[in-house]
Amino acid sequence: MIAEAGLILLWLAGAMSLLQLVLGTAALWPGKGAGAVSALETGLNPLLRIVRPVAVAQGVLVALSFLFLIWLFLQTDLSVKLVAQNSHSLKPWLYKFAGAWGNHEGSMLLWVAVLAVAGAAVALFEKKLRQDTLIATLVAQAAIGLGFYAYILSVSNPFERLPLGQIPLEGNGLNPLLQDPGLAFHPPTLYLGYVGISIAFSFAVGALITRDVGPVFARAMRPWILGAWIFLTLGITAGSYWAYYELGWGGWWFWDPVENASLMPWLAATALLHSVTVLATRAGLRAWTIMLAVVAFSMSMIGTFLVRSGILTSVHSFAVDPKRGGFILALLALYIGGALLLYGLRVRHVKEGSTFEPVSREASLVINNLLLSVVLGIVFFGTLFPIVAQAFGHEVSVGAPYFNAFTGPIALFLVALMALGPMLKWRRDRLAETARRIAIPALLSAGTLVAVLVLAPDTRPLPMFGLAIAVGVGVASLAPLAGRNLRRTPLFTWGMVISHFGIAVALAGMACESAFTKETLTAAAPGQVVQVAGFSVKYNGVQPVTGPNWTAIQAEVEVRRGDGEPFLMYPEARLFPTPPQPTSEAAIRTLWNGQLYIAIGEPSDPNTQSGRRQLRLWWKPLVTLIWLGGILVAFGGFLALIGRLRRDRRGKVPALAEKPSKWEAVR
Amino acid sequence: MKRKHQRLILLLLAVGAVLGAVLLSMWGLRDNASFFYAPEDVARQGRPPLDKAVRVGGMVREINRLPDGVSVQFVIGDNSTHRINARYTGITPELFRVNSGVIADGHFQADGSFVANNILAKHDENYMPPELTERGLHKTDAVR
Repeated sequence: MIAEAGLILLWLAGAMSLLQLVLGTAALWPGKGAGAVSALETGLNPLLRIVRPVAVAQGVLVALSFLFLIWLFLQTDLSVKLVAQNSHSLKPWLYKFAGAWGNHEGSMLLWVAVLAVAGAAVALFEKKLRQDTLIATLVAQAAIGLGFYAYILSVSNPFERLPLGQIPLEGNGLNPLLQDPGLAFHPPTLYLGYVGISIAFSFAVGALITRDVGPVFARAMRPWILGAWIFLTLGITAGSYWAYYELGWGGWWFWDPVENASLMPWLAATALLHSVTVLATRAGLRAWTIMLAVVAFSMSMIGTFLVRSGILTSVHSFAVDPKRGGFILALLALYIGGALLLYGLRVRHVKEGSTFEPVSREASLVINNLLLSVVLGIVFFGTLFPIVAQAFGHEVSVGAPYFNAFTGPIALFLVALMALGPMLKWRRDRLAETARRIAIPALLSAGTLVAVLVLAPDTRPLPMFGLAIAVGVGVASLAPLAGRNLRRTPLFTWGMVISHFGIAVALAGMACESAFTKETLTAAAPGQVVQVAGFSVKYNGVQPVTGPNWTAIQAEVEVRRGDGEPFLMYPEARLFPTPPQPTSEAAIRTLWNGQLYIAIGEPSDPNTQSGRRQLRLWWKPLVTLIWLGGILVAFGGFLALIGRLRRDRRGKVPALAEKPSKWEAVR
Repeated sequence: MKRKHQRLILLLLAVGAVLGAVLLSMWGLRDNASFFYAPEDVARQGRPPLDKAVRVGGMVREINRLPDGVSVQFVIGDNSTHRINARYTGITPELFRVNSGVIADGHFQADGSFVANNILAKHDENYMPPELTERGLHKTDAVR
């Protein structure tokens, strides 16, 4: 009965979202005018007071429904179609558990669960927002939810039972590529960010409805953006590392459309995070911030469409039925179109922001936003072009050469400017002053550039400049702490510094990896020694091994660096019986200055007994910095979030900046 | 500067950024998008220019491992009688097998053969790249 209970809970959650939409709309209906709002504020209208509890109930119901699905997977209830198609009784429990979202229907349920729980969190914890804007926000969140409930309940029911005669004795099993601890962490984290950014969208729609775009609104919205952005950053970082070690190609970013689908909301959310700061502290960039909030979640929805409609070639696109793609596309058009229409109608009511000079913190944040938007645009068109071309009968693919060549230089320029931004004063600053502050980092960058030119003149320009900029920006990002009492420095300043430093760290890792990776591909006979980047790697042959639900050919490789102690590594080629599929498990050894990455391939001479086997070795200097940087960026976001919430709790909200005033920085 | 003027300038900058992104992408895509060719397309449309990165795909009909131990020569076929002779150096994906779907990125050579710098094989049992299903190649082809 668990499946039926889960389905009923889901229907109830859908009904709650409808109720939330209707009650909220009734409360805000213009016919009642200001009366409705004041009734809201005094709490006279009992109908209105239940909008918040309804939102909470919706979140609880859908979360329970999702837990029921997990329960079905843990039990391996094969009478449920989804479990039979995607699980197996002999799978380790972690993959039974995480397998609940390792398929189309389950991942869509997780999607809508995150949406509803985020809405419930707003209903429970949001205290700063004007009452009517809050109700409008919950209405928008319910409207999004409703469409996706309709989607799940009509064409993507995860709780569907198999007809009695068709219940199999054993399930089909989970795609072996997904049988990795990464599955337990990467999708939920990514979804918390990806779908969590819906809150920013709903806030923006809410504020447009109630004409409430101002600093107070921005301060209320900021922690929600930060929260989603932290998870999005962590989810992308985790996904990158997972792809790196699981796919066995030694790459950390493939410009796969699915990766782009997570990168695009991140770019928009990062821009939004910076522009909302201008709105919160200086009351500027109002219309722009609202637009970014709409764009950020629109990118999430477009990403969902790309990934879940099955039009893309990827491990993420589970086999799906084409009807579903059309449904998601219709929802997409409805929500994005609706939000843009509302924006068009209401944007003239959004006041102009405070003015600032061309050299100022605001101006630097505008440039940050413009550059992020350009990068976003390039990624967006590159990702969608193959789909559009396909509609016109051309089969086209767009890969790394396009994305690297066109986003790389702009992204580097953006990171370089990141050194400058935090040093500038709000409203107005002097160019000469700024130049003096940036002198040391600029010299360090120039020094690095010269050093790379002399020591490794063959380095391609992008990694070369990347490394130089990373060094300068890494130092410059610490500048806001200079000359301050570190114990009294606000947490959100620490957060900004650590996030910016993390970007420099990640950039350094990317640049080193692409410039200095050493790679060897060989067919090694047992006992043969291969050299790569100062390591001698001795291939000792293969042996069969068995795991819980797989068998493997495991190679033993003895590695020695220079005269150091030898150590053993065991790359594997695994074979999963259900579903029958081989996967490659690379062996990775992390040393202080990089990773040694070894993958094995096929026997080189399948028809003779030579014992030679393909061996691919990489030495990737400082590659770990890429993900360490990602974690630092997210950690900085976390500190900033804590700092903001603590300040809000203490009620130390700075004086309003509705009109430009003399004082310089609110922080 | 008046608030209205500032808003106008910001609006122009934003429009400029979006237009810039559109133009840059269009320019970039013209040179960097690689077109997909099935063996039949090559026969019908002629071989694409040698310097152009393209993608070929179809069913693997034959695989020969070369004596160097790390290279393979393979034949890509489709429902037509045409074939592409391809060559790849590196570890092939686990699912790269005779009679399974394959997509290869690379360049054509003057002799009409294809040198791949990257090979993608189909991901799982239920999955077939859309480029292939549209050409009437289905799961059943893989077990034929």
